[in-house]
Amino acid sequence: MKFAVILFPGSNCEVDCVHVIKEVLQEPVTTVWHKDTDLSEFDAVILPGGFSYGDYLRCGAIARFSPIMEAVIAHAKAGKPVLGICNGFQILTECGLLPGVLLRNRSLQFICEDRFIRVENNLTQFTHQYSKHQVLRIPIAHAEGNYYADPETIEKLESENRVVFRYCDEQGNLTEESNPNGAMNHIAGIINEAGNVLGMMPHPERLSEIILGGDDGLALFESMLKTWRDRI
Amino acid sequence: MKRIKTPWQEMGLSDQEYEKILSILKREPTLPELGMFSAMWSEHCSYKNSKPVLRLFPTTGKRVLQGPGENAGVIDIGDGQAIAFKVESHNHPSAIEPFQGAATGVGGIIRDVFTMGARPIACLNSLRFGNLEQARVRYLLNGVVDGIAAYGNCMGIPTVGGETWFNESYNGNPLVNAMCVGLIENGKIHKGIAKGVGNPVMAVGARTGRDGIHGATFASEELSEESENKRPAVQVGDPFMEKLLLEACLELMETDAVVGIQDMGAAGITSSSCEMAARGQSGIDYDVALVPQREQGMTPYEILLSESQERMLVVVEKGRESEVTQIFDKWGLEAAVIGHVTNDGYVTVREHGTIVAHIPASALTDDAPVYHKESRKPAYLSETEAFDPLSLAEPNNYSETLKSMMTSPNICSKEWVYRHYDHMVRTSTVIRPGSDAAVLRIKGTQKGLAMSLDCNSRYVYLNPREGGKIAVAEAARNVVCSGAEPMAITNCLNFGNPEKPEVFYTFREAVEGMAESCRALETPVTGGNVSFYNENQNGAVYPTPTVGMMGLLTDIDHATTLSLKQEADRLYLVGINTDELGASEYLSHMHGLNTGKTPKLNLEAEKSVQNLVLNGIRQGFVNAAHDCSEGGLAVALSEMAITGHLGIDVDLPDALRSDVLFFGEGQSRIVVSIPEEKRALWATFTATHQVPVQYLGTVSGEQIIIRQQGEIKIQVTCDELHRLWKEALPCTLSKH
Repeated sequence: MKFAVILFPGSNCEVDCVHVIKEVLQEPVTTVWHKDTDLSEFDAVILPGGFSYGDYLRCGAIARFSPIMEAVIAHAKAGKPVLGICNGFQILTECGLLPGVLLRNRSLQFICEDRFIRVENNLTQFTHQYSKHQVLRIPIAHAEGNYYADPETIEKLESENRVVFRYCDEQGNLTEESNPNGAMNHIAGIINEAGNVLGMMPHPERLSEIILGGDDGLALFESMLKTWRDRI
Repeated sequence: MKRIKTPWQEMGLSDQEYEKILSILKREPTLPELGMFSAMWSEHCSYKNSKPVLRLFPTTGKRVLQGPGENAGVIDIGDGQAIAFKVESHNHPSAIEPFQGAATGVGGIIRDVFTMGARPIACLNSLRFGNLEQARVRYLLNGVVDGIAAYGNCMGIPTVGGETWFNESYNGNPLVNAMCVGLIENGKIHKGIAKGVGNPVMAVGARTGRDGIHGATFASEELSEESENKRPAVQVGDPFMEKLLLEACLELMETDAVVGIQDMGAAGITSSSCEMAARGQSGIDYDVALVPQREQGMTPYEILLSESQERMLVVVEKGRESEVTQIFDKWGLEAAVIGHVTNDGYVTVREHGTIVAHIPASALTDDAPVYHKESRKPAYLSETEAFDPLSLAEPNNYSETLKSMMTSPNICSKEWVYRHYDHMVRTSTVIRPGSDAAVLRIKGTQKGLAMSLDCNSRYVYLNPREGGKIAVAEAARNVVCSGAEPMAITNCLNFGNPEKPEVFYTFREAVEGMAESCRALETPVTGGNVSFYNENQNGAVYPTPTVGMMGLLTDIDHATTLSLKQEADRLYLVGINTDELGASEYLSHMHGLNTGKTPKLNLEAEKSVQNLVLNGIRQGFVNAAHDCSEGGLAVALSEMAITGHLGIDVDLPDALRSDVLFFGEGQSRIVVSIPEEKRALWATFTATHQVPVQYLGTVSGEQIIIRQQGEIKIQVTCDELHRLWKEALPCTLSKH
């Protein structure tokens, strides 16, 4: 499975995504510069975390104008998988592949720590290697992760089972304290209608090896790989 | 009547120094020249007051590839790999403008490391503030932490460790010491050197603006009410620009077009041009009009002394300018040829061709004035040394005392601070902030790096020499507890006004003490920074020689944290309990007394303790290890218990008074946790070392129970103590 990891000026988690795919998943991966315009040779595209263009304006607001984004959108429209992590999720909402927006954290502070999320939908191509309502320990590292959308959109996301991950406590309960940033309905990750574009604030690539303290994130990449293998 | 200052006095030069300038130039200096001398002869750039003392440090060793004098030190870690690392202060700017001051401190030290050709892999910072009850101090803490987060997070370099320490002496003078660690292929080290007559000199990165003018000079004087007016001397950081600069420079250095490269840090283009020329024994001739500028109408003086951030000066092979421009263009950055290398030994500065400064490079660098300052033992020391802690009454409830100790700002959890920092990006952080040292794996190898940055400045204040010794020894102990062999240090020497003999005494003594430990522990000094004038009308900060220690794990699986891991483990003390309670956090926190004798450090004993623990870890005996530092043995045991969410039951046989035994800070002590099944092997192992090892008790239950000679003196639940410790700092910050 050939992965592309998009490198915007200011991206900084691209090396982490490349590491997981290459060293842990042992699949081919290429870092693609944001000025490139062709993604046709790739089976999956990852928009990594970081601070594209410094994020001095709204996060992801400038990255969506990068030349590569047309190819990313075409890749998504063709039904191939797109995964946006953290800043990548923000870019996906800015370019319209996913609804809603990521606001400043409720605390107004950058937060970096392990958090628990619950797998709400394990029938997607990104999550079928998890069980339903499985609780994962996964790091977050963001200042703007407070998911917001208008009530109709939230209603639609919920009714279509498109909220893939929700912040929770260690036991899987949706307590007030377990929501790190104030996200509506504890939303940590959502998927598009077609089920091939996933955006999430937590970083699965950061806990995919035991030496780093856990590997709850790995099954997400394994899910993508298995889906691809089953199709060919 | 207020005396009118001469232009050179305004710029911080003495009459005597001005005379020296006249004799070097054999004429009156131009205004730009005067500015260049002022900046380069400031303590910040020239080390004119500290140089003779810094020579006391050992700076060579089997691993040292680059010692002091370059942008960063470099040490060999084997397999063709090396580590570039350095710490630097940004105290003065942070005192005036905490967010930008701290942010640009981080930016500056990161540039120092990637200038060497190294990929930055970690940052640490040592922060010191005054009393949190003061609104201004809380403002400074918030601003500094936000500034570090804003810069480091955006750069994608994990901030993995350091310390945050509080004491009244830092009320008006916070200390912000930032350290950066980079990984480099041995043989690909780049230096700040200009050579090859005719080679082009290029200014790359951000444009030059009017920010930070005369920052180096500002950093070389005491803070006063007028300091607020010097806010324009504080630079403004742009981490996105620096991220681009980092990637562009590393890409450029992959080509062999680069002859020399240096960051434009303190004293801006002035220092980078004359230092590069001096190192190459060459010369540089450049035109300030060719320097890309952010605003119109900048004078040569302003361009020469601007400390605008995110800029580099690069000397490249003649004819390869377009390669440089291409790479920088890809990253959306400018690269302009502003001059060329000469062989006349001069830094020649022009404006549209007309010479505005013409100074021998060596006059600004190697031949800067050197002063041997007067030194006098401060009077307070005889008073503090005479203090007898046993004259104080013993607490009547040790459980309550321990609870209070765990909420001391110097002991409580610093999670509030480090959760602002991305400490996991680059997925190499194996031991995260909060343990004795941070540990990073080196991808593609089985090796790891341990690093720590700290100093107990109360020890240095109460006994400069012993305190200096301890600063190095404790840093080494921290990396040993994490499973690493100490390799080398960088240091940041933060002191008051060196023109005061008492301040200078503490400086010299501290350096001598550090040097002694560096020699004994075989951890040479590879570089660092001196920050004087950390002083205001209320006096100087505690003498604070912050030590950044690098340690090597031969096998990343040796990485060890302080947290207890499993029930029934056996706890041992390596080292011996002493009757020293002076200079302790206990006296400071419980009695408001920063006094008494600093504990003594026996370097032979220290080495033996460290050897035993490191060998023990390498042989797989040790489940957890933690050194006894602030708060002594009771606090060390408690920290191990609460971070592992496991109780302990220990019995201390010592006949010392309980407050001394529990909270005294006698040196060279490490607590280790050994699995029950390895009990016999551990006994055999320790018997082969000439080090006192004492069985304390076991990991058990959900309470922290500490007995002395069988009698329970402390009994608290792990949960309660954990909550107090974890919530202390956020509670203090939110109650106002």
